[in-house]
Amino acid sequence: MTDNNTTLLDKAAEKAVRATPVPLVYRVRGLSDRSIAWLFILPTIVLLLAINIFPLIWAVYLSFTNFRANRPNAEIEGVGFSNYQRVLTDPDIWQAMQTTAHFVFWTILLQMLIGFALAYLIDRKFRGHAFWTTVILIPMMLSPAVVGNFWRFLYQPQIGLFNYVYAFFTGVEPSSFQMLGSVTLSPWAIIIVDTWMWTPYVMLICLAGLRSIPDYIYEAAEVDRASAWRQFWSITVPMALPFIMLAVLFRAIENFKMFDMVVLLTGGGPGSTTEVASITLKREAFESWRTGRASAFAIILFVAVFGLANIYVKALNRVKQR
Amino acid sequence: MRKMTKALLGATTALTLSTVAPSASQAAELTLCWAAWDPANALVELSKDFTAQSGTDMKFEFVPWPNFADRILNELNAGGKLCDLLIGDSQWLGGSAENGYYVKLNDFFDKEGIKMSDFAQAAVNAYSTWPKGTPNYWALPAMGDANAWFYRKDWFAKPEIQAEFKAATGRDLVPPTTWPELLETAKFFNGKDIDGKKVYGAAIFTERASEGITMGATQALYANGFKYEMTPGKYDMEGAVNSADAIKGLEEYKELYKCCTPPGYTDAYMGETLDAFKSGQAAMAMNWFAFFPGLVKDENVGGDKIGFFNNPKGTTNASTLGGQGISVVANTDNMDGALAYIKWFAQPDVQKKWWSLGGYAVHNAVLNDPSFKDSQPFAADFLVAMNQVQDFWQEPSYAILLQATQKRLHDYVVADQGTAKEALDGLVKDWTEVFEDDGKL
Repeated sequence: MTDNNTTLLDKAAEKAVRATPVPLVYRVRGLSDRSIAWLFILPTIVLLLAINIFPLIWAVYLSFTNFRANRPNAEIEGVGFSNYQRVLTDPDIWQAMQTTAHFVFWTILLQMLIGFALAYLIDRKFRGHAFWTTVILIPMMLSPAVVGNFWRFLYQPQIGLFNYVYAFFTGVEPSSFQMLGSVTLSPWAIIIVDTWMWTPYVMLICLAGLRSIPDYIYEAAEVDRASAWRQFWSITVPMALPFIMLAVLFRAIENFKMFDMVVLLTGGGPGSTTEVASITLKREAFESWRTGRASAFAIILFVAVFGLANIYVKALNRVKQR
Repeated sequence: MRKMTKALLGATTALTLSTVAPSASQAAELTLCWAAWDPANALVELSKDFTAQSGTDMKFEFVPWPNFADRILNELNAGGKLCDLLIGDSQWLGGSAENGYYVKLNDFFDKEGIKMSDFAQAAVNAYSTWPKGTPNYWALPAMGDANAWFYRKDWFAKPEIQAEFKAATGRDLVPPTTWPELLETAKFFNGKDIDGKKVYGAAIFTERASEGITMGATQALYANGFKYEMTPGKYDMEGAVNSADAIKGLEEYKELYKCCTPPGYTDAYMGETLDAFKSGQAAMAMNWFAFFPGLVKDENVGGDKIGFFNNPKGTTNASTLGGQGISVVANTDNMDGALAYIKWFAQPDVQKKWWSLGGYAVHNAVLNDPSFKDSQPFAADFLVAMNQVQDFWQEPSYAILLQATQKRLHDYVVADQGTAKEALDGLVKDWTEVFEDDGKL
C-alpha cells in the first residue's frame, strides 16, 4: 500500500516537473531556499502591511493632526499632543473606560466561575454528557446581532420572558422594573447576556485543560489517600490554570472591544451608563467625525490592551513553566 | 494576417462597446437616496411619472432612519457615487455646502425659472439655504415636516372618561393646548383601565443613539422660549440655551417621561412611539407629520379613532422641524439627469400629486389651495406647524453638536443624572468648545 502511494506521488511529482515551463525552471533554479521562502510569504507580508501596519501608522500620524474625515477641503494641521491631552483629560472618556473595566471584570469573573464549574461537571462523563455539551454550546454559536435582539425582547418589561420569570419567583409586577432602561440594572443586563453567550467558550477551554491532566496523577493521589477536595486544589486547579488563564486572556481582549451587543441592547444608554470605550470611539470617529482625536483615543486603547496583554502573557508563561 | 486584423477589429469593437454601453445605460438612470419610511414609498410611486416622461430609470437607496445619517454621510465623505440625488436632513446643509458635496442650484433655478418664492418661506429657509436664510440655494424643498401630536379621539369622547376628567381637573377633556395641560391630560390617562387594558399617558421620543431625544425634548424647549443664541449668528449661547424658560421646558419634558410613558420606552423614536399608539397603549403620542397619513389609514386606531394636535404652547408657539430638501450630489455622473429631476419635481402639478400620494409638498400651489385644509384631518395643523418651526443647528459641525445634545438630554431625562440647569449649562460648555474648535468663537 505504502509502496503504491509512493509510486503515485513520484509520478505526480514527475508530471509537475514536466509541466513546469522551462523558463520558469531556469529562473527558480538560481534562487536559494531562503529566497523561495521569502517569495512564498511575500504576498502575505504585503497584505499585512497594507491592511494592518499601514493603517496603524496612518492612525498614529492622524492622531497628531486636526484632521476630520468629513472636512476633505480643510487644511490638515499638526496639533502635537493636544489630541492625546484632550482624550486623557476628558471625563466622559474616563467614564467610558470605567464602564468598560466594570464590564470586563464581572463578565470574566462570572464566565470563569460558571465555565469552569460546567467543564468540571461535563468532565465527569455522566450519561448524556455529550448531548448536554452540545446544548450548552449553542449560545456561542449564535451571532451577537441575533443574541442582542433576542435578549432585547426577553428584557422587554411588558412582554419579556425575563421579567415574567423574575416576577413568578418574586411576586413583583413584571413591568415594575426595566433591565435595559434602568441606570442600576442595565450594566448587569449586558453582563448577563455576555455571560450566557460566552460561558460555553470558557467551558470548552477549561474542559481541554481538565482532559489534559493524566489519570495516573489522580491515581497516585488516591494511593496517598488525598481527599477529593485536596485533589481539586492540588492537582486539578494548578494543572488547568494555564488553560484558565488563556481563557481569561481571550475573553478580556474580546470584551475590551465589545461593541455590537451593547449597541443592540442599550445603545450605550440609559444616558451614558453602558457606553463602553468602543462605543465612545465609534461616536467620536464616525458620528462627530473628529478623526484626529478618535485616532489618539484608538492608539491609547491599543497601547493599553497591548501592554496589559503582554504583561499577562508573561505571567501565563511563568505559570506554564512551573 | 487577415485573420489577425479581423480579430483585432473584433476585440476593439467589443472593448468599445463594453465601455460605451454602461455609460449609455448610466445616463438613463438616476439613484435617489433617502430614509426608508412611508413618504419614500410615495416618492417611488410619484417618480414613475418622471420615468414615463423622461425615459430615465429611477433607482432608490432607502436607509432606515437610525442608520441614515451614518450611511449617507459616510458615502458623501468617501466621495462615493451611490447617490445622484439626495433628500438629506436640513442639518446637513452647512457641511454639505461647505465641503462641496451638494451642487449650488441658484444658476439652475434662474435658468429654469424655478422661484423659491413659490415655496413656503419657512421651508425654503430650513431646507434650501446655507448660510441659513440667505439666497444661496443648495436644495429644493422636498418634504415639509414637523413634530406634532396625535391622540385617541375615541377615548377622549367617552362620556364616563370626560366626566371623570372634568371632576378631576375642572375643565373639559379636549386636546391640550399648553404644556401644563398636556402633562395634566397625560397624568389623567396614565395607568387608567380602558377597554380592559392598562393604558399610559403619552409616548414620546427618548432615543439615545441618533437624534431621537433631541427631536422630542426640543418640542418642550422651543415652546418654552429656548433659543440657540442671544444674538443670531453671534454664537452667544449663555442665557439663551440655559435660560429660566428653557430649564422649565426641559423639566416638563422629563416630568412627562417620568410620569406617563409606557414601561420600557427608554430608547424610543419614531417606530416605538407608533407601536405604543397602534397597540393601544398610549392615549397620546408625538411623531412626525410624515407618518400621519399611515396612521389615519390604520385599521385599529385610525379613521374616527384618531385626532391630531400641534405642539402645545409654553411661553410661545413652536414646533420642532423635520423634513428635507432634495439636492444634487456634486459627484454625480449624471448631472443633467439629476437636474432634470429637480426641474420636474418643482412643477406645481407634480407637487400636488406628491401631496395626494402622502408626501408633504410645501409648494404654495398646494398649501394655498382652498381645499388643502380639508384634504386630510391633519392638513390644517400642518399649515400652522410649518409657520412656527424651529430647527437644530445647521452648522458644518452639527453632528458633534447633536451628539453632545443627545448625551446631555438623555443623561438628565432618562438616566436621572443632575438637574435641567446642569444639563443645559453643560450643553453651553460643549457647544462653546465646538465653536471654539471651528474658530467661530
